[in-house]
Amino acid sequence: MRGDPHAHELIAPGSLSAVLELIASAPGEWTPIAGGTELMVAHAAGRLTSGKLISLWGIPDLRFITVNPDTIVIGAATTFRDLRIQADIATHLPLLAKSASWIGSIANQSRATIGGNLVNGSPAADSSPALLAYDAEIEIISVRGTRRIPYAHFHTGYKRNLMASDELLYAVHLPIRFAHHRQYLRKVGTRRAMAISKVALAATALVEDGSIREIRVAAASLAAFPTRLYRTEAALLGQRVDPHAIRSARTALLAEVMPIDDIRSTAEYRVRVAANLLEEFLKELQSAETPA
Amino acid sequence: MSADCPTIRFTVNGQDVAVETLPMKRLLDVLREDLHLTGTKEGCGEGECGSCSVRMNGELVNSCLVPVLQAEGACIQTVEGLAINGELHPLQKAFLQCGGAQCGICTPGMLMAATQLLAINPHPGMPEIREGLAGNLCRCTGFTRIFESVVAAASAETFNAQANHAR
Repeated sequence: MRGDPHAHELIAPGSLSAVLELIASAPGEWTPIAGGTELMVAHAAGRLTSGKLISLWGIPDLRFITVNPDTIVIGAATTFRDLRIQADIATHLPLLAKSASWIGSIANQSRATIGGNLVNGSPAADSSPALLAYDAEIEIISVRGTRRIPYAHFHTGYKRNLMASDELLYAVHLPIRFAHHRQYLRKVGTRRAMAISKVALAATALVEDGSIREIRVAAASLAAFPTRLYRTEAALLGQRVDPHAIRSARTALLAEVMPIDDIRSTAEYRVRVAANLLEEFLKELQSAETPA
Repeated sequence: MSADCPTIRFTVNGQDVAVETLPMKRLLDVLREDLHLTGTKEGCGEGECGSCSVRMNGELVNSCLVPVLQAEGACIQTVEGLAINGELHPLQKAFLQCGGAQCGICTPGMLMAATQLLAINPHPGMPEIREGLAGNLCRCTGFTRIFESVVAAASAETFNAQANHAR
C-alpha cells in the first residue's frame, strides 16, 4: 500500500532557471512537484509512476501575486492560502477567493498551488470554473521563452493539456474588469468541507438595458476536464432574462454537457443539478434587474 | 532508482536537526522514525484526516504529504513543542478539562490545527473553529467537546494574556 521512497528521486534545484534547464535537458523525464497534495497521495497509494521528481516548492519566482491596474498575475506555485489572505483577490476576483476557501482543508490550502490544480487537470478541479468565468490566460515558460494562451484552451482531454514536455506553467493572468458583472459560483459536494465536487458551476454576466451583453458559464465535473459551456452561453447572449430564456438555457446545457457516473455521483444527478445551478444564477440575474 | 541520502537540515520545536535520509521520505516518517517524535500520528496517509498535522513555517500542513526534502530549512512545530518546561499549553489543558480527547489518535492533529487557528485568530467564533478543524477527523467525541475545548482555551489565553499584562 505505502509508496517506497527508494523508488523516487527528488531534487530541489532552488531556482526557476535551474528547473527549466534541467527539464529542457531531459524532456519528459522529470515530474514537477509543488505542494504535493496530489502526487504525495498517489505516492502513498503506490500509484506514483514518476521515478524522478523536481521540486518547485520554495521558488520565489513562482510564488507571487502581482496586482497591476487592469490585471492580477498569480504565480503558479501560489498556494490557495496565499490567495485567501490577499485582499485584492477577494476584492477583484471574489469567485476565485471563494473557490480557494473550499479546496480541501486549511492544511491542504497551505500546500496546494493554483498551478498544481490546473496542471493536474482533474475534471473536478476547484479553481477552474472561476478562472474560466473570469476569462483567465495561462502563461507557460521554458528555456525557449514564454507564451500565453486562454485558459479555456489549456485542457485538451482527461488529465491532458497542451504544454510541451520541456514547459512549466508559470502564471495565471486575470483581467480586472468584472466589477459590474453579476458573478456566481456554487459547488455541490458530499459535505461542506474536504469534499470533491459532484458538480460545480461558475458564471459571470453583464446585463445592460435588461439584456445579457456578456456571459461566461463554466463547469467542473460535467466533462473530461473543466470547461466553458459555450452553447449555453450562446443561448443566453443578447437575451432578456425571462422564463423563456431560462428554459432555453436549461435545454442548451442539457444538450451540451457529458458527465459520467463515478464513485462520487451519477451523470443523471450531475446534469439535473447543473441545470438547477444555472437556473439559480439566472434567477439572481433576473431579480437584480427587476426593481423591487 | 536512487538510494542517495542527503543531509536535510531544519528545526523541530526550536531545536536544529540534521537527518540523513531519502528526499522522498515523508516528513511524518522522519519525525516518528528518525527523530522519535511519535506524538504526530498517521491516520489515512493521504491528507484527508489531519492526524499527522504539524506546523511548518507558521502554516498548518499534513506531514504525510510533505516529502522531507521540502522541509529543508523550515521551522517545524509538533505536538511535543506545545508544552513549555512541562507546563501544558492552554489548549492541552482545555482538551483535558473539557473531554476533548478520547482515544487520542486525532488529538495531536486537533491541537496543532487549533494552535494554528488561534495564532491567526485569537478569538474565533464557532464557524471559524469548525472551519479551522474541518480537515481533522475524530471518530470518538462527535466534535462538540473538541470545539468547546478550543472555545475554553481561547478564553483562557485571553485571561492569561491579561494576567501577564497586569503583572
